[in-house]
Amino acid sequence: MKNSLPEVHGFFQRDRSWHPPAFAPGYRSTVVRSPQRAPISFPNTLSEVTGPVFGHALLGELDNDLTINYAKPGESAIGPRIVVYGRVLDENGRPVPNSLVEFWQANAGGRYRHKKDTYLAPLDPNFGGCGRAVTDAEGRYWFRTVQPGAYPWPNGVNDWRPAHIHFSVFGPGFVQRLITQMYFEGDPMIWKCPIVRTIPDERAIERLIAKLDMEATQPFDSRLYKFDIVLRGSNSTLFENRKEGN
Amino acid sequence: MAQELNRLKESPSQTAGPYVHIGLTPNFLGIEGVFPVDLGREMVNDETIGERIDVVVRVFDGTGTVLKDVLVEIWQADAKGLYNSPNEPRGKADPNFTGWGRMASDMENGECVFRTIKPGQVPFNDGRMQAPHISLWIVARGINLGLQTRMYFADEDAANRVDPVLTRLEHQNRVPTLIAPREGNTYKFDIHLQGEKETVFFDI
Repeated sequence: MKNSLPEVHGFFQRDRSWHPPAFAPGYRSTVVRSPQRAPISFPNTLSEVTGPVFGHALLGELDNDLTINYAKPGESAIGPRIVVYGRVLDENGRPVPNSLVEFWQANAGGRYRHKKDTYLAPLDPNFGGCGRAVTDAEGRYWFRTVQPGAYPWPNGVNDWRPAHIHFSVFGPGFVQRLITQMYFEGDPMIWKCPIVRTIPDERAIERLIAKLDMEATQPFDSRLYKFDIVLRGSNSTLFENRKEGN
Repeated sequence: MAQELNRLKESPSQTAGPYVHIGLTPNFLGIEGVFPVDLGREMVNDETIGERIDVVVRVFDGTGTVLKDVLVEIWQADAKGLYNSPNEPRGKADPNFTGWGRMASDMENGECVFRTIKPGQVPFNDGRMQAPHISLWIVARGINLGLQTRMYFADEDAANRVDPVLTRLEHQNRVPTLIAPREGNTYKFDIHLQGEKETVFFDI
């Protein structure tokens, strides 16, 4: 035996008591879509620690401005103008650079531009609802949008989603793939939502609530909300003599 | 008290929901003009090395109904077994193969069709070779945390029999849930979320 670190550095195992369980009957769609047998674990191989990388060249100029990226020239989406900004970090607190962050949302009235959404609130002809960014060397991203509205959904007879933005995030390893949702500080609807409440730990829910940042807010333009996202960390970075990111 | 580790917790997952297409496959949905193409639709080009195959994935719920609102991503090695990733230490992968695919299921028949190539073999951590496989990540309404599984190839029986992952499964009668049969150049991989035929999912 030689005394050396393993060549494939696996990611820290997911804390499945922190994530929502697959079977969460308060959110009725999970009942027939949740695996019932225990998942199987094995050490990460190259198949798990590698993953696709997307460069900044991918991005168009308007990709991170949902107020205008679907709008007619000279027009913009209706609703409260906000900027969402933050960083993608790993569990060691290090920034994740070159992370593709994709986001989608309902319009200010709570209506999605989707053939399956039939809510009464009207579509906004100038709002598509999708955007994306790639994090910089410090893991930072930002985008401008309109604050989405709450909307009713078929679960119980009177269940409403709190205002939220969906996020899809890539890390360098395929098993870091994560989809989550961002909520807004102070929204009383958060704690009534069956999807939010699939998360067992209140502290975990709070990690998904973006904070209003009045200091950074742009006067007469947009209010800012800060939302950091944490991906799985690995021990590959623990022993490297690299500058601390945090 | 001992010192703090000061580690962060991973952001908790939330479902992709029924409107995942808006964000991840907007052109497929009909939201055009924001992004030129949907990412992950083209994995190969005319120069890609390897045997061209189609992988058709369907996902079934516990009632046996096919999901028409699922999104599947796949990740695989090139024909020589190299990943197109900065974390690949063994050499440079085929530059004409991305290795990554993303498809929303057809809203009528639930099929996700990936046009790709058959991957080469990749070593396990102890140096044994793994059978050729494709990694999958599955999200949808009603799935709270993206599901991870693998697809193996039915015509790689010899490699499958000694694969380090397949051989470590306690319930060997579940191995067939991970093996896609071949018809012509098409592999059909049916994933069952629940029931007798529940697919093996991984916590990796």
